[in-house]
Amino acid sequence: MTLDIPMVTAEAADRNALNTLSFRPSRCVNCGRCWEVCPHRVFAPGEKRARLAAPERCMECGACQRNCPTGAVAVDSGVGCAAAMIKAALTGSKEVTCGPDCCR
Amino acid sequence: MTVPEMVTTSQLTAQDRRDHVLARLGYRRMDHRVEPGLYRLGRPDRSSPVFVSANYALSFDALRSALSGLDAFILVLDTKGVNVWCAAGKGTFGTDELVERVEATGLKDLVDHRRLVLPQLGAPGVAAHEVKRRTGFVVEYGPVRASDIPAYLRSGATEEMRQVRFPLRDRAVLVPVEVKNVGLMAIAATVVLYLLGGTVPALAALTAALAGTALFPLLLPLLPTKDFTSKGLVLGDLVAVPFALYYLATSPGWVGGVYAIGTVLLMAPAVAYLALNFTGCSTYASRTGVRREIFRYIPVLVAMALSGLVMVAATAVGTSMGWL
Repeated sequence: MTLDIPMVTAEAADRNALNTLSFRPSRCVNCGRCWEVCPHRVFAPGEKRARLAAPERCMECGACQRNCPTGAVAVDSGVGCAAAMIKAALTGSKEVTCGPDCCR
Repeated sequence: MTVPEMVTTSQLTAQDRRDHVLARLGYRRMDHRVEPGLYRLGRPDRSSPVFVSANYALSFDALRSALSGLDAFILVLDTKGVNVWCAAGKGTFGTDELVERVEATGLKDLVDHRRLVLPQLGAPGVAAHEVKRRTGFVVEYGPVRASDIPAYLRSGATEEMRQVRFPLRDRAVLVPVEVKNVGLMAIAATVVLYLLGGTVPALAALTAALAGTALFPLLLPLLPTKDFTSKGLVLGDLVAVPFALYYLATSPGWVGGVYAIGTVLLMAPAVAYLALNFTGCSTYASRTGVRREIFRYIPVLVAMALSGLVMVAATAVGTSMGWL
């Protein structure tokens, strides 16, 4: 018999079904970096905390996570490139990103 | 240790422009580099702003030409000849490289302020708070596009400046490299099909290659449906229609029908596959979304292409041998 207990974290994070972006408002110190760096305006300024305004527009570039000083933002960042993923799958290598090996 | 600074201008020479064209054509893609380090633009003094860039010629040139009439320092990171956004994703336009470059150039002794202006698209690689802690310099993310810098310096960033779009112009400049990347494959397929089936199949191969690499980027927002692969299937169907009609009109009876359907079943997945491969060139595809597309569509594309191939090949062999 298995115990069917849902995983509960100490504090709830805003997640969404479309991508790996999650936001823990309780850790936010409202520094404004996330909405400054987001190229798709996923975050918006809020009164006391940043606001996750449009999570569906996230492209998982990771800029918000990298620049969040309190770890309130988490995203499994990477490059959304089918060419790189297919090439990696075919050659059995680790997923490649842009750079010298890109598209060659 | 202080490394001597270099000097640059905001004027692009004819040679710079030639280099831009070659880069856009994909000629020696990794060789369009500038020397990393600190550059003086105009006559910067101890209060002049410091802009950070990548050592890809197109990135550096976009920045310096946008700074026309300004006195500034430009700190070029060694991103191995890769543009700011891709290098940030890879981590070469990154915290460590920036911190080391600030120290190696002795920037602290050259300016009184402690501010660095970075391109916003460098943010995936740079942790601003860490740069502050390690160097004392505050990272200020400027606009996405260098051409917005003068306005940004006057009155700060607007929402528009912070947003990445993918307008026709930005899509069109990618076409030459896209075409070049499939060039050899497309030529080989065209030649093989010409030898096997003549002019029309050869033209179909060429059309599919050009539709996937040139038409697709240009028409991207006009194609219905949301994801890249299904947009590619729509475009592939459209460009296959003339060929299907040709076979219906020229081949007798059911043979024309089989060739028509087979052509669509071969051309559509070819274009769709090229469309899927355009995800990495777009400014908005996420890894999760692309992975989902690969798992959802690759089996469909393979099934379409295989059934098309079997239909066409069996009919062609059968009719030519007089079996059908």
